[in-house]
Amino acid sequence: MRLPFQLILGAAVSAVFIAGALISLVWTPYSVEQMNIAQRLLAPGGGYLLGTDHFGRDILSMLMVGARTSIAVAIIAVGIGMVVGVPLGLLAAANRGSLLDEIVMRGNDLVFAFPSLIIAIMITAVLGPSAVNAILAIGIFNIPVFARVTRGGALSLWTLDYVLAARVAGKGKARISVEHILTNIANLLIVQGTIQFSLGILAEAGLSYVGLGAQPPLPSWGRMLADSQTMISFAPHMAIFPGLAIVLTVLGLNLMGDGMRDLLDPRLRRVR
Amino acid sequence: MARYILSRLTSLILSLIVASLVIFTVIEIIPGDPAAFMLGLNAQPDTVAALRAELGLSGSYPTRYLGWIGGMLTGDFGTSYTYRVPVSELVTARLWVSLPLTFFALILSTVIAIPVGLIAATRRGSRTDYAIMGTTQLGIAVPNFWFAMLLVLIFAIKLRWFSAGGFPGWDEGGWVNLKALTLPAIALALPQASILARVMRSSLLETLHQDYIRTARAKGLSQRQAVIGHALRNALIPVMTILGLQFSFLLAGAIIIENVFFLPGLGRLIFQGITQRDLIVVESVVMLLVFAVILVTFLVDLAYALVDPRLRHRA
Amino acid sequence: MVRGPYMLEVRDLSMTIHGTDILRDVSFSVGAGEVFGLVGESGSGKSMTALALMRLLPRGAQVSGEIRFGQTEVSRLSEHQMCGLRGRDIGMIFQEPMTALNPVQTIGDQVAETLLVHGASTPAQARDAAAQRLARVGLDPGRVPLDRYPHELSGGQRQRVCIAMAVALRPRLLIADEPTTALDVTTQAQILALLRDLVADDGMSLMLITHDLAVVADMADHVAVMQSGRIVEADRTECLFRNRRHAYTAKLFADSAHVPARRPEVAPVPVLQVRGAVRDYPLARRRLIGPRPLFRAVDGVDLTVHEGESVGLVGESGCGKSTLTRAILGLEAVQGGAIRLAGDSVTGGHVPGAVRRKMQVVFQDPYGSFNPRHRVARLVAEPFHLLPTPPADLRAKVAEALEAVGLQGSDSEKYIHEFSGGQRQRIAIARAIVIRPKLVILDEAVSALDVSIRARILDLLADLQKRFGLSYLFISHDLSVVRAITDRVLVMRAGRIVEEGRTEQVFANPSHDYTKALIAATPQIPRAWLDGLPGPVSPA
Repeated sequence: MRLPFQLILGAAVSAVFIAGALISLVWTPYSVEQMNIAQRLLAPGGGYLLGTDHFGRDILSMLMVGARTSIAVAIIAVGIGMVVGVPLGLLAAANRGSLLDEIVMRGNDLVFAFPSLIIAIMITAVLGPSAVNAILAIGIFNIPVFARVTRGGALSLWTLDYVLAARVAGKGKARISVEHILTNIANLLIVQGTIQFSLGILAEAGLSYVGLGAQPPLPSWGRMLADSQTMISFAPHMAIFPGLAIVLTVLGLNLMGDGMRDLLDPRLRRVR
Repeated sequence: MARYILSRLTSLILSLIVASLVIFTVIEIIPGDPAAFMLGLNAQPDTVAALRAELGLSGSYPTRYLGWIGGMLTGDFGTSYTYRVPVSELVTARLWVSLPLTFFALILSTVIAIPVGLIAATRRGSRTDYAIMGTTQLGIAVPNFWFAMLLVLIFAIKLRWFSAGGFPGWDEGGWVNLKALTLPAIALALPQASILARVMRSSLLETLHQDYIRTARAKGLSQRQAVIGHALRNALIPVMTILGLQFSFLLAGAIIIENVFFLPGLGRLIFQGITQRDLIVVESVVMLLVFAVILVTFLVDLAYALVDPRLRHRA
Repeated sequence: MVRGPYMLEVRDLSMTIHGTDILRDVSFSVGAGEVFGLVGESGSGKSMTALALMRLLPRGAQVSGEIRFGQTEVSRLSEHQMCGLRGRDIGMIFQEPMTALNPVQTIGDQVAETLLVHGASTPAQARDAAAQRLARVGLDPGRVPLDRYPHELSGGQRQRVCIAMAVALRPRLLIADEPTTALDVTTQAQILALLRDLVADDGMSLMLITHDLAVVADMADHVAVMQSGRIVEADRTECLFRNRRHAYTAKLFADSAHVPARRPEVAPVPVLQVRGAVRDYPLARRRLIGPRPLFRAVDGVDLTVHEGESVGLVGESGCGKSTLTRAILGLEAVQGGAIRLAGDSVTGGHVPGAVRRKMQVVFQDPYGSFNPRHRVARLVAEPFHLLPTPPADLRAKVAEALEAVGLQGSDSEKYIHEFSGGQRQRIAIARAIVIRPKLVILDEAVSALDVSIRARILDLLADLQKRFGLSYLFISHDLSVVRAITDRVLVMRAGRIVEEGRTEQVFANPSHDYTKALIAATPQIPRAWLDGLPGPVSPA
């Protein structure tokens, strides 16, 4: 089975950052907690592969730990979105046109009116900024995304004859939703999951950039960018590398998502 | 058509009501006692009581909620605790920075994305198509505020074509303000334009597979005539549905990006409000932002019905 | 046999798509003012031939051969010249009127476009010209205004719009690719009559592509039969129908007229009894308060199926037969009347397994009937869910069912996409009988199949009925199929049964006007042309 080129490339690139995040749990080239003012603002090269920041911390190490934050936040947020959104979508599709369906649809539209930044603002205003609140904000926004995708996919399957055959065989809606519907939209959900994962990384970066996400001393890519801003003209490496890390991780995940879509369901690729 | 408009309008009003309830509940109820929350842990009980009276926080939930709504409908958004001025004053000037920026970015994004998507779709499989797909793939991955920082580095600091930030104010005339908003709008527009271009491309490709395109060719239309006369309008329909979502992302992005350019928009107001625990400000600004998103979605729904006649006959 | 100067001559037309042979040395000619029929089953290449004539082929297609239209060698024209030809000298209409029209453009604009694109009309005049063209095809602008959108029209009306667009500039040739396959029988008759009129009035040639031999018998002067990308036989219509020289032609005719050998053993015990069934659907609200208006889809239907009997239910689209089917299957509740299955009541939504197991269903679409993720064994075994406990010898029962329908027990390990349409219908039948029901409902079960496969499936159904003592309720819009396999037939219209009786009786001597109209509208091959075909003659 020939794997699509995109899938391999994307997986490889994403793997680098995921590996970095995992390795950081046990080792980083330098400590990220210790400040080393004597070594501040060093350009890349020498002992510090990517240079140091304004506190003398090694940028590479900070990136690795920051990867951990971004990936953790994004993945848990996807988890929240799926665990709540998919059953809601299945429920809505199975009871199409009913009050339940209306409520789910309206609820979706309502949450869509609140971009995750605004949800984060509301949560942090009353509970204070933290990584957990970032997870909540992004996760809550993911719920209608998955609910909508699930409902859409499920609806088109409910009209098919094999669902009717299952009903004639006496199976109830819940059973049909799991046995017939879910198995056939799984591919759709996997692809959407990777998309939301990459969007989650972008969202987390934005939130920590404005100070609403992971707080110091927990390093995060967004905050590294915020810190670098005033020094950008004489220490551009502080801004470039975290940004590149974000771009490459998101790019890798998107390529992987596209590649998976081509692999898992050639019908979806109809209009590529 | 009238029935459709009516149902959308009801939807709009209902959404606003529910959204306002959510905002009110989260911001005023969750902290428990907003006055104590705002003053912090070390406040004296009588200061807290005084603030509570001043802000009218001693009523029951429904009275306070209705009071808030009533106030907003008459333009009274309360008084900021930190600045001691009516929130409406604080907000008005900044709204005139954030909203123009958002719309500027929306227009830029649409104007770039639709032709690009069109070209990619009509030249599917060619090198142009691959180049466009590659660029948009990259564009989606770039955080807009980081891109903004790079733009500042190149165009403001190194090349000095634009200033590195700041906003002269509308009294100084339109042109110089638009110039100040240009780099931010470009930074905002890039990722959204990338998404929009891809949606346009796939939507057009999907449309080109439809039977009525074959009918048009059989009538004697050239491929180009069929694309412009038939495919384009149908392909734009799915694109329009995401414009509403685009607006909300752009608005959120605008708020973040103001940080890079030191623009006196809603962003700084909100974030300071959060750090200073000024719940009144946060509450009102969030309500305004959500209102803007819901309104734009409503307008897009209306436009959607104008383009697709099948919708006008359904409720 | 000498014919006039040919308007269209095709010589040795061959085509490959991405290297696969689609057409091989196709040659035929069409005279001026003549109706030419191109007949074949699915995959025979007949649609591709038409698209080759119009040069509207998909990517990757390579064409060779000569296409001479009048004095012009079509294959040598530039694309620009070809655009001038299409719509003006050659028109084309397609099978699916539902999707053939642009949904966001009015019908007036779409008809006017043909005129405008060829510069035959100024924008000012185009509207009037369009109105005129639409009136000519039977769409009176007084009743169907020009500013209607396609979704507001019926299937037959949409096809008329397509015809108006295609003949707006009075082309010399109209190519019609299965123009009536997606339409009801009565609508089909109207559209075919319209095409005949246009040919007579304008001296236009018509190339009619279809799988339906009877349509061709009615309409065409000359016929060519296609199989696997080649023309196997071509002749004047009557000659071809009478002689059937080529083996494939003979087989095609035999299969079309095929009637399975049946000796029904009917017991006077009712298996299914429907009495006064009423089903209402709520419609969209007119006013804000008050009850919603109702649409009565099934209006007091009585229907009985006896043990061992095969009962047919015919009707056109929208008559309510699908709704009735769902009610009988217990998938929807009825608002009035009673449905009993072997004595037990079937009330919608909450039918106990012990009752449901006495009936099963076979659907129309062999491709949508199965979950692509499950293996055949699991698919066929699904009805066992109705038993309180699954049988110990489940695998053996599944294998037995597969063998009964002409497949192999080992097929149960495969996935459904490994099977053809005809094989899938067999698997669907296996799924229906695995639980040994008393009644099998066949909902347009052979409508989507080619004629030759259909004949085999009908044989299979007859055989299974005898072996397992099944009763059938055969729902179809295709009168010839119903006539071949049923003992009694009911005719349904607008929610009511308008006629009922023994099949042969109803077909030979219909009493209700609607039945008469249906039978009259069904195209027939003249009986005299079919001498020599085995079995009771059933016009296809």
